[in-house]
Amino acid sequence: MTDATPGTETAERPMIRLDRLAKRYPGQAQAAVEELSLDIPEGRIVAFVGPSGCGKTTTMKLINRLIEPTSGRIHLDGQDVTELPVHELRRRIGYAIQSSGLFPHRTVADNIATVPRLLGWPRQRVTERVDELLTMVGLAPATYRDRYPKQLSGGQQQRVGVARALGGDPQVMLMDEPFGAIDPQNREALQDEFLRIQRTVRKTIVFVTHDIDEACRMGDLIAVFGENGKVRQYDTPERILAEPADEFVAAFIGSGAAVRRLSLTRLDALDVPEWPTVDADADPERRLAVARAQDREYCLLLDADRRPAGWLPTEEADTEPPSHFPVFSTLGPHSTLFDALDLMLSADTSTVVAVDDEGRYRGVLEMDTVRELINGERTAAGHGRLQEA
Amino acid sequence: MTFLDYFASNWTDVADATLAHAVLVLQGLGLAVLIGVPVAVATYRTGAPRTAVLGFAGLLLTIPSYALFGLLITPLGLGTGPSVVALTMYALLPVLRNAVVGLRALDPAVVESARAMGMTRPRVLLTVELPLAWPVLLTGLRVATQLLLGIAAIAAAVNGPGLGNLILDGLASAGTPYAAYLTVEGCLGIVLLAVVFDLLFAGLNRLTTAKGLGA
Repeated sequence: MTDATPGTETAERPMIRLDRLAKRYPGQAQAAVEELSLDIPEGRIVAFVGPSGCGKTTTMKLINRLIEPTSGRIHLDGQDVTELPVHELRRRIGYAIQSSGLFPHRTVADNIATVPRLLGWPRQRVTERVDELLTMVGLAPATYRDRYPKQLSGGQQQRVGVARALGGDPQVMLMDEPFGAIDPQNREALQDEFLRIQRTVRKTIVFVTHDIDEACRMGDLIAVFGENGKVRQYDTPERILAEPADEFVAAFIGSGAAVRRLSLTRLDALDVPEWPTVDADADPERRLAVARAQDREYCLLLDADRRPAGWLPTEEADTEPPSHFPVFSTLGPHSTLFDALDLMLSADTSTVVAVDDEGRYRGVLEMDTVRELINGERTAAGHGRLQEA
Repeated sequence: MTFLDYFASNWTDVADATLAHAVLVLQGLGLAVLIGVPVAVATYRTGAPRTAVLGFAGLLLTIPSYALFGLLITPLGLGTGPSVVALTMYALLPVLRNAVVGLRALDPAVVESARAMGMTRPRVLLTVELPLAWPVLLTGLRVATQLLLGIAAIAAAVNGPGLGNLILDGLASAGTPYAAYLTVEGCLGIVLLAVVFDLLFAGLNRLTTAKGLGA
């Protein structure tokens, strides 16, 4: 399954191309990485996921030559990486790791300025870059610029670590469990923040993790590593969860794949079913007509801007002014089916109103719709995340 | 004649000897740093060579000081030469070992990050590894200095400079009224130097340790 081009991908330019890459250590019967070929498309996050010792970190370190391959080629933006002096190659590749690896004897600003200074940027530009990056990762430059790493919390250190990796504005970033040491709650916030940053910087990113949930969350594509750096499946998170290539991948995903798929399906990628609606300022006869034309218990009232205004009980459709129940449960286009199901269960309701960015009505999701979507009876409009590019 | 009366009569001799003692110790320490730190840098990431040099430096420290000074007369003659060389040999272990320990105790993630960001090997060493290992190395220098201050007294036995001469003169004139005074002066001089050097090292540590390190 070391297929170099995942099935659903359209022809995108590969930024990193691994060509029959292998790494063997002397005295070890098993190769650390065995004959790996993989294309990493430009501007995408590719998650390397697998159990410990599967060669995912080794493969990542082969890319910036922290580890030299035994055989095979690595092309970065079309160029063989061995053609460049190794330190010049590395200055073009951002690097962020779990323990952050910040220089404890240097200030936050000096840490972030490391690569820009190595690249010989003028002082003024370095200072501006540091402040820009601190702002980007959500740390106020004036407050944090002159602090030392030990004066920061774990989460803040990771932010600085990411800012430092972005320092020289590299085309490519290598990240090895960059949020691994953070508690789950803050990790999720950091992941979201990083995805937000990625939407603007559009780097090509190799993201190593052992956590399939994190891989699904962060990766546009996922490479599932088995033993000896063998990639068992390389595809979108949706397809890996829906159609694991073999038993190894299925076992690695483990139980709960259906629920994970829910969180991968964004509402803007769905044709949300229609629901009987009526204008809030329509006259009683019109309301009654709409109510009688359908068999639901409630119709949805929309205001002049087509925003949900309330639930109109079918039985009392013609009372004046219209009696109605407030709409508590609306979800925007960036919410997922997981959010929808969560809202239904926590708000004890069977309907969730889907709205667009301006809060206007798009449709109504029911528990049954969600169930059909999980079972694949209803087809989604497309792959939400890959379309957003 | 009390001790203080006696001291008033020869304090210039004591001052000269104290200064010479301090200079002798610093020379020995300086040479040990010039040899020990490069050797540490060259061997700290190796296996067998590192064990070998640490073992050798440890061996030097076990040679009785009186014997070592004496043995060095043959190749180096009398005076300052053999004294400095002997002290260098004794200082080598604390300097070398602390340099190796300091360099090896660094967080591998920090060093890996430095390499991964495209720092060249000399730059990693000079701007990351040595500054981070500096507090441990400095502790080694402090220990070596205290060690050398005592051992340097033996230098007098090979006609070397320093406070050992006062002690030796006292021993040579044992039985005369002022013999003990001479010896006490020599000892007090060494104690005074030990206190002064320790304060200097404490100050140096505070001034030169990077702000982000330490407590």
